[in-house]
Amino acid sequence: MNYDQILNTKIQGIKPSGIRKFFDILEEMTDAISLGIGEPDFVTPWHIRDAGIYSLERGHTKYTSNAGMLQLRREISAYLNRRFDLHYDYNGQILVTVGGSEAIDLALRVLVNPGDEVIVPVPSFVCYGPLTEMAGGVPVYVELKAENEFRLTPQQLKAAITPKTKAVVLPFPSNPTGGIMERRDLEAIADVLRGTDIMVLSDEIYAELTYGQRHVSMANLTDMYERTVVVNGFSKSHAMTGWRMGYVCAPKPIIAAMTKLHQFGIMSAPTTSQYAAVEAMRNGDKDIEHMREEYDRRRRYLVESLNRIGLECFEPKGAFYVFPCIRSTGLTSEAFCEQFLVEEKVAVIPGNAFGPGGEGFVRACYAASMKDIAEAVSRLDNFLTNLRRKQGREGS
Amino acid sequence: MEKLLELLEQDCSLSTAQLAAAAGLSLEETEQAIKKYEEEQVILGYKAIIDWDRVRRETVTALIEVNVTPQSENGFDRVAERIYQYDEVESMYLMSGSFDLTVIISGRTLREVAQFVGERLAPIPGVTGTATHFILKKYKEKHLVFRPQEPEEREYIFV
Repeated sequence: MNYDQILNTKIQGIKPSGIRKFFDILEEMTDAISLGIGEPDFVTPWHIRDAGIYSLERGHTKYTSNAGMLQLRREISAYLNRRFDLHYDYNGQILVTVGGSEAIDLALRVLVNPGDEVIVPVPSFVCYGPLTEMAGGVPVYVELKAENEFRLTPQQLKAAITPKTKAVVLPFPSNPTGGIMERRDLEAIADVLRGTDIMVLSDEIYAELTYGQRHVSMANLTDMYERTVVVNGFSKSHAMTGWRMGYVCAPKPIIAAMTKLHQFGIMSAPTTSQYAAVEAMRNGDKDIEHMREEYDRRRRYLVESLNRIGLECFEPKGAFYVFPCIRSTGLTSEAFCEQFLVEEKVAVIPGNAFGPGGEGFVRACYAASMKDIAEAVSRLDNFLTNLRRKQGREGS
Repeated sequence: MEKLLELLEQDCSLSTAQLAAAAGLSLEETEQAIKKYEEEQVILGYKAIIDWDRVRRETVTALIEVNVTPQSENGFDRVAERIYQYDEVESMYLMSGSFDLTVIISGRTLREVAQFVGERLAPIPGVTGTATHFILKKYKEKHLVFRPQEPEEREYIFV
């Protein structure tokens, strides 16, 4: 059988990620350090795990309502109010999803008509473009600039808008750059969008991991609430990646449409995870603070170290990534990562894996132990010194 | 500055550069602060937590409840001092509740520990009674769990 003729043409047109090969190399290595995976190194706090276990002991093993357990939606509503001054009605404005990823997929599928354009700032997490395409839309990539600390500027947004623009993705705090959008940056974007029918898909999964200031949501801004879909979840804030717990908040008609699709495709998010999530919402704020403080220590150390050993790195104020510029080495992002991995056994991710704007940068995740980070820095120092020596010899 | 102490309490193997960056201080400030803490004995020392079972060295640890008649002038302190001066005493605390002192001692064998209690501790004037509890297994100490890290079989995922 010729599956090329059977499979959907859109999915065939989507390229698999090029960094698989790094992982293949990495898996063969014994003493490699990986700053490659974007995931908390913490285990889910015990009281949250325990709540999941207890729900199983009590036999809570059935479906929940499609939108998610009532008590969980209530807790999410209270949490958003408490932490971000966001006001969403648990009855009709919140949908519990299988991770933030499902929420992004649903949002794009209920918003996009064939041919609609979705503005996707890059470098960013890899899902927005492919999911837009699968929803029948056309991703319009906007390259964020290091000199703007990888913020989306109103000029860039204006230039990308056409009559076909349906939505703009706002992935901040950003994976992979660590960049954030502060209130004034969001205001400038809102000025462009107010009075239009363009929706904002605000992926705020790293909202709690904002350093030195509180995260501001696009939905906080005047006139933006009604044109914003907020995606969030428990993976990053509560170190719950494997539980697959996310949620999405939006005006009622949008949540109603998303719930319809979710009910056909998923039914309901995992029940055990929902019980754990209730506990996370009720008693997890101190865990968030603790983990954020830990990440912050590592962040400061890593940024300072990178700048010290000569890799220019702007200060990332969110998420758990640094995104240093490696152009001074004369290597491409991929060559840099491959050589660094082979020679020094440290895995970081080439910036171009996150879209065209990422070439010339690499992403290192500091959700790793201080010991591993220190060792990675010392190996990087070594790598750069050897590289300069080699290049010096070739140059003379 | 207390941040430094928290960091050190968590992991005293951090380098000065790591401590400085993590606490948001300069290298010099960090060095000076640590020196001062050491001089003032805010920092008493630096020790490793070791799982001796994993190198198969036999040790026995006991927790001893001690009852004491307090003395008129120094209360418990004088008797306490006479107990903790022994090298065998690892940790010692004055307690509220049904007994007065918790004394934690370790030795190579059960006999050695029993001997210490019988021959050294119990005869100290002021000590009116002891109850010795041997530790059968250590699960956790200073936030560290005594168990071999299970290597996680996992494939890498791109996120």
